[in-house]
Amino acid sequence: MIAPQFQPVGDSGVMIRFGDEITDEIHAGVLAMDQAITAAELPGVRELVPSFTGLLVVYDPLETEYQTLIRAISGLSARSGDAREAREWCLPTCYEGDFAPDLQAVCDQTGLSSDAVINAHTSASYKLFMYGFAPGYGYLGGTPESIQLPRKTAPVRDIPKGAVMIAGPQCIVTTMVMPTGWWVIGRTDFEVFQPFEDNPFPVAVGDTIRFQRVSADDFMKGQKS
Amino acid sequence: MSLEVKFAGPLCSLQDSGRMGFLRYGVTESGPMDRQAFRILAAMLEAEEGFNAIEVSLAGMVVQAKQSLTLGFCGGEFALSIDGEALLPWGVFTLPAGKTLTIRAGASGSWGYLSCLGGFATDAWLDSTSSHLPSGLCGGYLQAGDILAPSAASLREDLNCALPIPEFSRFSGNARIVPGPQNHLFPERAKQALFQGNFTVTREFDRMGMRLSGASLAPEDALSIPSEAIIRGSLQVPGHGDPIVLLADHQTTGGYPKIATMITCDQDTTAQARAGDVVRFTEVSAEEGTKTTRDRAQQVANWIAEIPTHRGSLADKLNRVNLISGIVGPDGTPHH
Repeated sequence: MIAPQFQPVGDSGVMIRFGDEITDEIHAGVLAMDQAITAAELPGVRELVPSFTGLLVVYDPLETEYQTLIRAISGLSARSGDAREAREWCLPTCYEGDFAPDLQAVCDQTGLSSDAVINAHTSASYKLFMYGFAPGYGYLGGTPESIQLPRKTAPVRDIPKGAVMIAGPQCIVTTMVMPTGWWVIGRTDFEVFQPFEDNPFPVAVGDTIRFQRVSADDFMKGQKS
Repeated sequence: MSLEVKFAGPLCSLQDSGRMGFLRYGVTESGPMDRQAFRILAAMLEAEEGFNAIEVSLAGMVVQAKQSLTLGFCGGEFALSIDGEALLPWGVFTLPAGKTLTIRAGASGSWGYLSCLGGFATDAWLDSTSSHLPSGLCGGYLQAGDILAPSAASLREDLNCALPIPEFSRFSGNARIVPGPQNHLFPERAKQALFQGNFTVTREFDRMGMRLSGASLAPEDALSIPSEAIIRGSLQVPGHGDPIVLLADHQTTGGYPKIATMITCDQDTTAQARAGDVVRFTEVSAEEGTKTTRDRAQQVANWIAEIPTHRGSLADKLNRVNLISGIVGPDGTPHH
């Protein structure tokens, strides 16, 4: 595992960084550390927040302090290394009509047919690198290069829940109505965020996601059942 | 038994101590903007775990009780009155049935806390009754017509008290910050300007954060750094160069660089500042910050321990003095 760097974040946080770039190796370091600290149940640790390149440890300054935590964590990092087993999820997705308002724009800019864009999107495997911004809002990495586009210059309002959208190498499934500058190419009825279930966030950071194309007819049937 | 909201200015909401443990799923902690004042209110009302309160913004609130209720209020220095009769800004009092409590901005402070015995009964989400305002889950901002149900007994007149406002709860004009976690992305000029100049609180101030204006702290170039987790108290600097202090409802991650992070206890007092107030920053290490926050927690605990001495009517207080130091005259001085 890459040797991490520690940095204080105010009087109640430690940022543990494994690098500056979004790579699988760096993210594996983040996940292994997340696992190791979770398992160690260090006193005073309140939150662990994994992201692309780092892990934020939020602690209660009345219970522990920076140097104490760093020492404890450094001891752990040498022993850790095995992350939990990632699960794979398949999200039925409709890439047709009103569910895919930006599909034509993606075709225009990439020079690909709509089938080619959809095939590119469904052929890839995506990894959940981190949650952020809003509840259940998961940043997926793995969008194929052939359909990578920069964000729109201005956000579009009222994008519904379940929108499948892409920007750069990333892909996101929205969990609530929101404005966004990403390209909406489909809609899934899989609920990434299930606020009133025992586990509102079934997909764990590190899990992989695949998108499976379904026709508008099948999608509508699925929604009714 | 109920409390009806007759008027609520913008940004008033129900908050408990916060929703911990879900930052990793994009759920911000929420909770009170001034956790210190919230803790004191809980002690004033002898509340237990799970206590919640109405967070009243600078814009104020008017409530009416159906039945007589014991209520407590503290935080900032608001102007309180019951049917036109003024109350002291911090205290526990009876709101008689049918009467109206008016809370308006007073001499200072931006957030005040109003609650009843045991807090208000409401459904929890993820073990917390704090309104998660970004999603609207667990309630949104309070509005006229909302009715809140106290979750416990209505009256405890023995808890009634009027409290002096502790100096440590006031915004001092100074905030202590620990450099980082992305100060390496800022030019030397910005890092110096942060500690040299005055920063003014702007009107862009809500539960998510407080934008300050002053010397531009713009990062070297519009770097696009991979999104990282954000902590409350972060001084985030977008392209416009103004620092934004992220507060209770901050986004959980973000790609803007953070030049420094405000220590925990100063987040509470700084949140009580108002637009136009001036902030100066002092650099501290993480260790110094932790020590300062611990000292403050001790100050709050000591202050809370004094609350019982402020309780009851003048006669009750004189009686207590009697028990301790013998006979007391009508002016409160001991006689022998």
